Amino acid sequence: MVMFWVSLLAISILLYVLLDGLDLGVGMLFGLASDETMRGAMLSAVAPIWDGNETWLVVTAVILWGAFPVVYATLLSAFYLPLIVMLLGLILRGVAFEFRYKTQRLRWIWDLSFAGGSVIATFIQGMTVGALVEGLSFTNGQYSGGAVGWLTPFAVLCGIGLCLGYALLGACWLAKKCDGEVRDVAHRRIAVLALGVLAFLVAVFAHALAEHLPILHRWIDRPYLFVFPAIGAVAATVLALSIQRHNDHWPFYMVALIFVSAFCTLALSFWPYMIPFVITIDEAASPQSSLAFMFWGCGLIVFPLMLLYTLISYFVFRGKVGERVGYGHH
Amino acid sequence: MDMTALLLSRIQFAFTITFHIIFPSFTIGLAAWLTVIEAMSLATRRPVYRVIFEFWLKIFGVAFGMGVVSGIVMAFQFGTNWSVLSRMTGPIQGPLLMYETFWAFMLEASFFGVLIFGRSRVPPWFYLFSTAMVALGTTFSAFFIMVNNSWMQVPSGYVMENGAFVPNDWTKIIFNSVVWSRFPHMLLAAYLTGAFCVAATGAWYILRKVYHAESRIMLRMGLGLAAVLMPVQLLFGHLNGKYVNTYQPSKMAAIEGRWNDEKPGSEVLFGWPDVEHRRNLFAITLPPPFGSLIDSDSFTAAETGLNSIPPENWPPVVIPFFTFRIMVGCGLVMLGLAWVGSYLSYKHRLAYNRPLLWLTFFTFPLPFIAIITGWFTAEVGRQPWVVFGVLRTADAMTPFLTAQQATISLAIFCAVYAFIFLFGTYYIYRLIRIGPARDLFEIPHLAVPNRPMSLANEELVPEPTHADAGE
Repeated sequence: MVMFWVSLLAISILLYVLLDGLDLGVGMLFGLASDETMRGAMLSAVAPIWDGNETWLVVTAVILWGAFPVVYATLLSAFYLPLIVMLLGLILRGVAFEFRYKTQRLRWIWDLSFAGGSVIATFIQGMTVGALVEGLSFTNGQYSGGAVGWLTPFAVLCGIGLCLGYALLGACWLAKKCDGEVRDVAHRRIAVLALGVLAFLVAVFAHALAEHLPILHRWIDRPYLFVFPAIGAVAATVLALSIQRHNDHWPFYMVALIFVSAFCTLALSFWPYMIPFVITIDEAASPQSSLAFMFWGCGLIVFPLMLLYTLISYFVFRGKVGERVGYGHH
Repeated sequence: MDMTALLLSRIQFAFTITFHIIFPSFTIGLAAWLTVIEAMSLATRRPVYRVIFEFWLKIFGVAFGMGVVSGIVMAFQFGTNWSVLSRMTGPIQGPLLMYETFWAFMLEASFFGVLIFGRSRVPPWFYLFSTAMVALGTTFSAFFIMVNNSWMQVPSGYVMENGAFVPNDWTKIIFNSVVWSRFPHMLLAAYLTGAFCVAATGAWYILRKVYHAESRIMLRMGLGLAAVLMPVQLLFGHLNGKYVNTYQPSKMAAIEGRWNDEKPGSEVLFGWPDVEHRRNLFAITLPPPFGSLIDSDSFTAAETGLNSIPPENWPPVVIPFFTFRIMVGCGLVMLGLAWVGSYLSYKHRLAYNRPLLWLTFFTFPLPFIAIITGWFTAEVGRQPWVVFGVLRTADAMTPFLTAQQATISLAIFCAVYAFIFLFGTYYIYRLIRIGPARDLFEIPHLAVPNRPMSLANEELVPEPTHADAGE
């Protein structure tokens, strides 16, 4: 039962990173767009999906609370300020998406909120992962790092890295969904961003070596973990080829695959810890009576239906969106 | 323990949840009303019901969207500010919140999709069915939230293990008498909110002499529904008082401003509780046994006073005392208005009674005020406990949270919420002001179920094309 909920948690986080990652990325690139036509086209590439993407964040939160309350309580309180700022960034971004079309004069405020909210939310997500990899300070299982215990150079580096990563994912999505100028600009950005992400990965690895992060020892103990970086490397090669050929679709799938392999690498290097090297999955799990109650009422049928529903909404939205058909104009 | 951080955390939770509850209480009622309208449309085939349906569906979309975004924060706040609570009660509150999220997502998102994509693509009965399923989804949401909160009011069905509440009887947690008096109370409150908002909109159109047919149906149905539901609501309110009196004597004593044990009890109608001297100033009191009659349905029952409860277990007396009276006051005004209005409507005189129309128009905030003050009574009255009688609010807070952090977070919450709330409310106001569209409703081509606000997709133009004709 514990394994069941760990799997659901992993699926939810992964879906969140991939799906909201692409529309957060589009949100960041939106800030760089030069004119209203391009902005309109970029928005229509994510309009029907972004809200559903954010659902997975809420799903992740409730699975954490219901199935692993210790982790929920510890992480959310340790990352108090960044988490709240991230949520407000997401909210601001969400309403900006809808409200920008309701006003002409104040549209720039909502556009700023949209791009700004995307950057803030992405940066904080990356920083959180960075801080977890580096390790938070705990005393007797209680967080003891203080108000800004997560703020380290490495965490900031990871924040910037995720911004590059999501922007790359977003650019690939735009290449996949759009035509004309948006697509061409996206293709140029994919190349630049891919190099940026590569540079970031090298920097992270160098840092891990230099600082002897605890995560490194687990890599030496578990050589089979190198399977996932290897998959990532293959995906990166295919990505490079597809960039050269200006393919519209392959880059997105390859970047998604890189994200999946990065996620699996991280998850397996922490295993069986949920908060690295402090709280394990079994220590964090809710009692059997709670897990079973959730299994029968939510996990068994409703969760697969939610997956199916997500699949259908992406299927309905398949293909290119026309450039001139800006969202909000009909 | 930082007492300032505790106070700020409580204010922050109160602020965010008060902001949030405005939208669900509106949309739960509106979803049910849309179901009724769609059913009438199918039964009578009168086009006017279609027009009304499409109009309120747009309003529903915007309000629903605001409810969703403000609700996201709630799923995280238990962990950020109340980490001890969320660790201890996670095995019970977590699964209940999961049921709420999963079921609401499934029903609301998928069937809302049919409402948006649908009419031309599905048979009429299925469209009606989908409307009903959206309404059921919002009802499910409300139900699991009420189960969750009721468990905090009267915890049951658990054992303590390793400092955590471990559920050992889910049927006790879900199917207990407290839930089944509080859930209908909240549901009826939401229905009344929808009814009064619809009636106020109808009254507004009549006063402006626009949308002749639609306005009359909105006014008549809104007030008529309220006239029937309001007495039922008072009954459930009374039943709620019974659970409070049985399980939470400290809350009851604060609501009643009752200081001494009385047998039978008297009833303080108005006054100002003077906590320091343990007395009521300027009190207007009904003699015994009115207090026992109201609280215990008995001429002779003993009623507990605050003096027999240790002061460290008192709630802040003044707040529940007044919020309760504001709630009841709003309820009585709504009852009077609904009855008089429905009577006049029955006599076909309502549409010409301008003072009453103005009154109906201006009462639309009353149900919201009643819901918010009612929740204040329930939640502030539960203090100093977060899980009544078991876990104190002060012990439930994140132990290392500082006043500085709490101040920053509260400040940005206020700023962001004020910003989006002002615009969202203004937008709903503009939609209502412009009124129903006469032409056939066109689905915005990129509107999707996941984005309820996309329904109301037309740009707001300075000069509405088909509104304000009569002004």
